[in-house]
Amino acid sequence: MTLKALFAASATAALLLATSASAAELTVGFSQIGSESGWRAAETSVSKSEAAKRKINLKIADAQQKQENQIKAIRSFIAQNVDAIFLAPVVASGWDAVLKEAKEAKIPVVLLDRDIDPSGKDLYLTAVTSDSVHEGEVAGEWLAKTVGGKACNVVELQGTVGASVATNRKKGFDAVIAKNANLKVVRSQTGDFTRAKGKEVMESFIKAENGGKSICAVYAHNDDMMVGAIQAMKEAGLKPGKDILTVSIDAVPDIFKAISAGEANATVELTPNMAGPAFDAIVAFKEKGTVPPKWIQTESKLYTAADDPQKVYDSKKGLGY
Amino acid sequence: MTLRIPRRGLAQAFALIVILMIDRAVSPQFFNLHLQDGRLFGSVIDVLNRGTPVALLSLGMVLVIATGGIDLSVGAVMAIAGATAASLADTHSLPVVIGSALAVGLACGLWNGILVAVLRIQPIVATLILMVAGRGIAQLITEGRIVTFTSPDLVWMGNGAVLGLPTPIVIAIGMLLLTGAVVRGTALGLLIEATGGNARASELSGVGTRAMILSVYVWCGICAALAGVIAAADIMGADANNAGLWLELDAILAVVIGGTSLFGGRFSLVLAVAGAMIIQAMNTGILLSGYPPELNLLVKAVVVLAVLLAQSPRLGDLSRFTARWRRSKP
Amino acid sequence: MSDSSAPPAARPSLLEIRGLTKSFGALKALQDVDFTLGEGEIHALLGENGAGKSTLIKVVTGVFARDAGTVRLAGDEIAPRSAKDAVEAGIATVYQEVNLLPNLSVAQNLYLGRQPTRFGVVRQAEMRRRAHALLLDYGLDIDVGAPLASYSVAVQHITAIARAVDLSARVLILDEPTASLDRHEVEILFRVMRKLAADGIGIVFVSHFLDQVYEICDRVTVLRNGRLIGTRDITDLPRLDLIRMMLGRELAETTHERAASQPDTAREVCVSFKGFGKQGYVAPFDLELRRGEVVGLAGLLGSGRTETARLVFGAERADSGEASVAGKAVRLNSPRDAAGLGFGYCPEERKTEGIVADLTVRENIVLALQARRGLHRPLSRREQDEIAMRYIRMLDIRPPDPERPIGLLSGGNQQKALLARWLATSPKLLVLDEPTRGIDVGAHAEIIRLVRDLCEQGLALLVISSELDEIVTYSNRVVVLRDRAHVEELKGDAVEVSSILAAIAADAPTAQEVAS
Repeated sequence: MTLKALFAASATAALLLATSASAAELTVGFSQIGSESGWRAAETSVSKSEAAKRKINLKIADAQQKQENQIKAIRSFIAQNVDAIFLAPVVASGWDAVLKEAKEAKIPVVLLDRDIDPSGKDLYLTAVTSDSVHEGEVAGEWLAKTVGGKACNVVELQGTVGASVATNRKKGFDAVIAKNANLKVVRSQTGDFTRAKGKEVMESFIKAENGGKSICAVYAHNDDMMVGAIQAMKEAGLKPGKDILTVSIDAVPDIFKAISAGEANATVELTPNMAGPAFDAIVAFKEKGTVPPKWIQTESKLYTAADDPQKVYDSKKGLGY
Repeated sequence: MTLRIPRRGLAQAFALIVILMIDRAVSPQFFNLHLQDGRLFGSVIDVLNRGTPVALLSLGMVLVIATGGIDLSVGAVMAIAGATAASLADTHSLPVVIGSALAVGLACGLWNGILVAVLRIQPIVATLILMVAGRGIAQLITEGRIVTFTSPDLVWMGNGAVLGLPTPIVIAIGMLLLTGAVVRGTALGLLIEATGGNARASELSGVGTRAMILSVYVWCGICAALAGVIAAADIMGADANNAGLWLELDAILAVVIGGTSLFGGRFSLVLAVAGAMIIQAMNTGILLSGYPPELNLLVKAVVVLAVLLAQSPRLGDLSRFTARWRRSKP
Repeated sequence: MSDSSAPPAARPSLLEIRGLTKSFGALKALQDVDFTLGEGEIHALLGENGAGKSTLIKVVTGVFARDAGTVRLAGDEIAPRSAKDAVEAGIATVYQEVNLLPNLSVAQNLYLGRQPTRFGVVRQAEMRRRAHALLLDYGLDIDVGAPLASYSVAVQHITAIARAVDLSARVLILDEPTASLDRHEVEILFRVMRKLAADGIGIVFVSHFLDQVYEICDRVTVLRNGRLIGTRDITDLPRLDLIRMMLGRELAETTHERAASQPDTAREVCVSFKGFGKQGYVAPFDLELRRGEVVGLAGLLGSGRTETARLVFGAERADSGEASVAGKAVRLNSPRDAAGLGFGYCPEERKTEGIVADLTVRENIVLALQARRGLHRPLSRREQDEIAMRYIRMLDIRPPDPERPIGLLSGGNQQKALLARWLATSPKLLVLDEPTRGIDVGAHAEIIRLVRDLCEQGLALLVISSELDEIVTYSNRVVVLRDRAHVEELKGDAVEVSSILAAIAADAPTAQEVAS
């Protein structure tokens, strides 16, 4: 539903752009968190290319994971009187004051990738984020469909304990598992979102589950852990993708390499393109006064071997993952 | 004399055995071993294999701590060395790759050593600089990505085997023997222990403390670099954000569990490595147990506390003290 | 003479200590010590290092528990269990290193933990006003809002004193308060002390500046080796007698025969110093050390004895003059240089600068030799065992177990092991700083015998001791120091306790001169 709406919106926006882009060149300031992960780097580079596509002048400020740098950047964007401010907030709280300043300057703010505390709800135009519960559901549904009615023991590689993304991706996946009596999560441990820990945890799962023979599928909260888990399975003499099904989230380039080699089955994309929908919303708002919904959910697209993984890999490789 | 060494290691040996027994209890196949593709396979091998990075770090760390110092930068040095190795792996031969990574580690150690020994900056502050900056350097090398490689030579460093034993284990044993030979085969061990025990007295006895302190930081950097290469080889990629993250704390813990005081002085290489193995046996046990991951840190804390209490010489004093205190109360 | 003094006997006594005894293991730090402080009295507590001054203060202020004896404050027996207890009882202490917070303001330091508040909020202005008024009483008109660290050490001391006294102290203990003050600052401090004494506060003044003692104090109590030597009115006590009380030795059992004195010019000069010194540390001195000869360094604490030893061993870098060994000029910038030249040094602070407590006796003995040989020429375990056993037997180190951590040995045996550390390097010159300090009587005699034996074997020795009897028994020559300068060298028959005492006390102003 929402997806369709989104597509429709972006289609019209694209149309609009084609006709009126040259009329008013927009300047957008983007306060990016920093280079905390490959995904973040990809988000930055996609933002640049999306801006170029629309002939929008994008100014990116790298905050090096510090809120005070982000606040400074926003203030300087306000001073430069940009047309809009994008903010990927490093933490959820402490934004009210600076966002009020932006509001008073009549500069719309769009949150990217992460939301802030409800107290700031009125201070930004819209938030473009992915729904991590939904990502977990997409992963779960793929697994349920692929397994069919067969009994299947799943092992889960969780993200960092306490991280909201990990909690939500678990929640969405568990909801689907609960609806399918044949699916059962037999082991669940944290792999801290890293390859090394994913590998180590998978090694122990294999040993604890009868040399991996009683494991039917692995679900990892991110692709990096899955890449590590795939190595662990191979070293244990198992065939990932065949003996054990894999599904993970993020859609980083390396998982496509594994999918194309037949060593991984599916990944759910956390799109690095948050800026695209945000640009569209801003253009529509500026030119036609269209107020976007408070939350623009990005698509959580599922990729499998059927989606020409090698091609996706090639297209994603250069994004900085 | 023959009685002394075993007595020193008693608490650690006991702790290791108890933890292995607990591992066996939570996972009945814990001690099972078989050959898989020419490589020994089983949970015990996992403990050894996964324990190697911390074991290597602790080999350097124990010497630094014995001089009364500390090196917080080892985790970051691992990341730098791993990034260096990964970015060279597919274009250069193994000796060049390893040589460059170790040279980077040496340079990092030299930096720390100069700050501590020559400029006399407190070790915890001096090495904090590289701890923070090092990860940034690693990120610069990898450009924030996970740099992957396919070079079979480097992969062998992490995933290969020598006579059935995973390569990292063999490397760690080799480094233990090498460090032991250097430290105990020369007078370095004695002079380190004297300096750590009483730096002023050692200086007044004519010990050249500066060069010695410099050299232990250099060695610590080299050990960290080797650990970084192995960690990168293990996952066939260098993850600048996460490689070696917080491992400096595990290494310090391993050294402390190994009975070396953070104030410096007496140290034991073997027991520091045993400390690393105790930590890993515990980690592997937790993973095998199937407890919810929320409990991991709690379990770890309790076990570490138990191990440290078991070897505390003060435990006896404490009970005597409380008894006396009770008696002295009116 | 203090101008506020009344006849001491007339003062009501404020602090009365009787039969105070305190041991640390086998070492008796205080034995049956009496001490009486009157109201409004300034009372000097004197003695060399290890005499028991610090222990006495720490017992009175609750840092240590006493083994026996009584402490009465204004007639009531007190037994403080912590420094806080003592402050509450009315005994405050100000140490040489002021223990206030330099980054806080003077006012905050004065009222720390008891700031005037209204509704739980600190009344800054009120606090500053009170602080300013308080310090005005002490003759200080300063900005109390500025950080303490921005003021001189004297002001910091007075702030500490003001705080202590304001906490309703009746007894004020000042531990070496003048060590880092200049003459003018000392006068400010003395003015404050006189005012407090006039207000009836009893002050215990610990110092090694005898001039100051004569200037400010009413009475003096001297401790030596943990025993009370005596309490005297300062007016009745000639300086020479005071020094004799501090340095003399009354134990008959350790009187030794004086070493047969040979003409020392016959001996070969092995190390010599010309114009050797360091600004603000020790004035430049000439010193010749000959084979088979003991040179004693005598003087009061702080006179430059230890400082001379440290210069000679390169532990402190000289900024003038030169050192030569066997006639050739040498570099002497570090202990490592000194050890390389065949010097050895047993420091006074055995625990902090001598032994490595956790290491074994064997390791401690071979340390200097190994350091000299370098890393790549390790002594094998067998060589180490041989060396350790040889010296354990030669010096009779007990227990004769080379594998025992040296920290577990008694002071005397630790000292022997330190001697062994240097003897193992076959040194040319040994510098011994207070080799018999804190050692029981038996080991004391043994160490002295050792010093003489070593000398006979052709070593050059430079020995520091506060025990003049001891210095006299083994020294061929004695260099007397005063105020960080070498002032006299006594040779041959002139080496006598009385002549050393005279040299130490010489040319010091008498009490009358100071008062005038």
